Amino acid sequence: MSNQLSRRSVLGKVGAALAAVMSVPAAKAAKAVVQKVFVTAGAPKGYDPFQHKWRMAIDANRCIGCGLCAEACKTENLVPAGPYFRTWIERYVISRPKPGSGEARGEVFVDCPNGGMHGFPELPVPKEDVLHSFFVPKLCNLCEHSPCVQVCPVGATFDAPDGAVLIDPHYCIGCGFCIQACPYGCRFFNHATRTAEKCSLCYHRITRGLKPACAEVCPTQARIFGDLKNPVPDDPLQQFYQNNRVQSLKPHLGTDPRVLYAGIDKEVM
Amino acid sequence: MTGELTNVVVEVMPRFEGYVYPNEATLQPLWSILIVLYPYITGLVAGAFIMASLVRVFNVRALEPVYRMSLLTAFSFLLCAPLPLLFHLGHPERCFEVMMTPHLTSPMAIFGFVYAWYLMAVLLLELWFDYRHDFVIWANTTPGFQGMLYRLFTVGVTDVSEPAVKLDHKIGHILSIIGIPSAFLLHGYVGFIFGSVKANPWWGNVLMPIIFIMSAMVSGIALCVFNYMVLSWIRRKTVDMKCIDVMGMFLFYALVVDAAIEALDWIHRIYSAEEGFHIMQYMAREKLFYTLSLGQVAFGTLVPLLLLGSLQLFRKQFPELMRRRMYFVSAFLVLIGVLAMRWNVVIGGQLFSKSLRGVMGYKMEFAGLEGWFMGAVLLALPFIILTVMIKLFLSEKLPSSAVPDPDAGQAA
Repeated sequence: MSNQLSRRSVLGKVGAALAAVMSVPAAKAAKAVVQKVFVTAGAPKGYDPFQHKWRMAIDANRCIGCGLCAEACKTENLVPAGPYFRTWIERYVISRPKPGSGEARGEVFVDCPNGGMHGFPELPVPKEDVLHSFFVPKLCNLCEHSPCVQVCPVGATFDAPDGAVLIDPHYCIGCGFCIQACPYGCRFFNHATRTAEKCSLCYHRITRGLKPACAEVCPTQARIFGDLKNPVPDDPLQQFYQNNRVQSLKPHLGTDPRVLYAGIDKEVM
Repeated sequence: MTGELTNVVVEVMPRFEGYVYPNEATLQPLWSILIVLYPYITGLVAGAFIMASLVRVFNVRALEPVYRMSLLTAFSFLLCAPLPLLFHLGHPERCFEVMMTPHLTSPMAIFGFVYAWYLMAVLLLELWFDYRHDFVIWANTTPGFQGMLYRLFTVGVTDVSEPAVKLDHKIGHILSIIGIPSAFLLHGYVGFIFGSVKANPWWGNVLMPIIFIMSAMVSGIALCVFNYMVLSWIRRKTVDMKCIDVMGMFLFYALVVDAAIEALDWIHRIYSAEEGFHIMQYMAREKLFYTLSLGQVAFGTLVPLLLLGSLQLFRKQFPELMRRRMYFVSAFLVLIGVLAMRWNVVIGGQLFSKSLRGVMGYKMEFAGLEGWFMGAVLLALPFIILTVMIKLFLSEKLPSSAVPDPDAGQAA
């Protein structure tokens, strides 16, 4: 008879039921661990990273080099004093070519005194000799194929589902491999925590509905921040993508940065 | 006066030239002397093991006098290999996470496993099978604590019958064969840690693992030559000229291949002149002139090549004493040259900005974790361990001859 219970089938069913019951706490524990990691990164309890896709875009045409963003970032994220920056501003000055030199453009000067936090000194060339001059805010490029994530030996740095690239400071062993692997110089070694550190898009703010500190203080909206999964009416991010031809930094490295720039020059690295 | 002095200091040591990313404008590179020593020591391990394998696997009988010394050298250095890496970590107490929860896409994550495999499965086992017969003899003939140690090392396996000893040698032979690719893996892997960093044009290079393997072989053989000659000098024993000639020959050929591959690397870089080439050119000419052009190329490669090459061509024209001196000088220069090569790779790769627009300065401190003193201690440590090993396992007072031949072993 087909409905007759055999010892084998009963044992199988009991085993399956037992496995299911036992896997519930395991799954719960795994979920708790994942949740804990996001809370460690600054998110509030219950935050669901799968519901968002955070992005920042930079309109370099708008940046005036005031340095408020770099300063706000330092304060907001308790970034150590000295040459350590989660975000900074570079100034590019391209001079006119010398008359009769046969060159299209002259020398290129790049500087970033103290991360651009307190503005910039006088131009290194007389005003009339400047062909182009512009500022470029820099931050973690939130690469699609992040070399920093790839090389971390313990997986302490990871690609969050919501588009942020985060570091678990309680797991980082401080080997510095990610700092070497980042082509954009966006990471640094924090000597206080003895771990690697970088821009987290102000994860503790964005997961609570706020803008990152740098975008919040930018007086010209050169830093455009938004959520691709939850666009607001007249979303500035969508408008930015629609109105600009954009480029990314060091595209030849195949890191596929998700931070896109408008209004930069070939000299920007 | 103070003002003048300050000006002089500033003039002598400009910190940065051109533009460097703000996070790169630190006092010293992130990876400094400890990470220079890590591939250096690991390379010496791999090279010394290959040297020992020449006897065991390739049956180069002339090298028998240095067989055990090479193995012990590899072992002593291997024990110290992870120390610089460990000390360098921001959180050394979390180091086991590398093995407990390895991130498999990371070239660094596998180091723990490769290291453990090489130490436990290859080197320790090979040494044990090689020494087991001797341990049994020494356990019975040596009194006191040392005898107790030998008894402990036998792990209770005291069977020295002919089939048992033959089995020891068979397993030893198999382990040697496994050991060669393992040694290549160990150091090629270290090369890959640097070669895989595409952000850095100085490092990101497909030839890097091969360059590391070849330079490891060169440095390992040179270390064995150096150790053998120093040990003979300490023991006031004459150097086996046949052995040292063969070691010199292998050192020469390994150096030729190593120099050829490194030259190929530079020819490719110069010819393709890809992005960042101008800054690498500047580095080679200015920043790394002493360690690259002089240390690595001139004194570390060309002079030993000339010395060893002339010994290959005109060996009979040189008297023995002269030959010994030439081998010693060549080995010493090669050891310094390979250390310079590690410096050039590790430090050189961090002395220019990833913006490719500027260079950084670096003056090594004396004290501190990343200073000269710590570097010297870490470099001296394997030699101290080796001295203890030689006292314990290569002592002239011990009854057995240190020959891996089964018949000779039985005779002892």
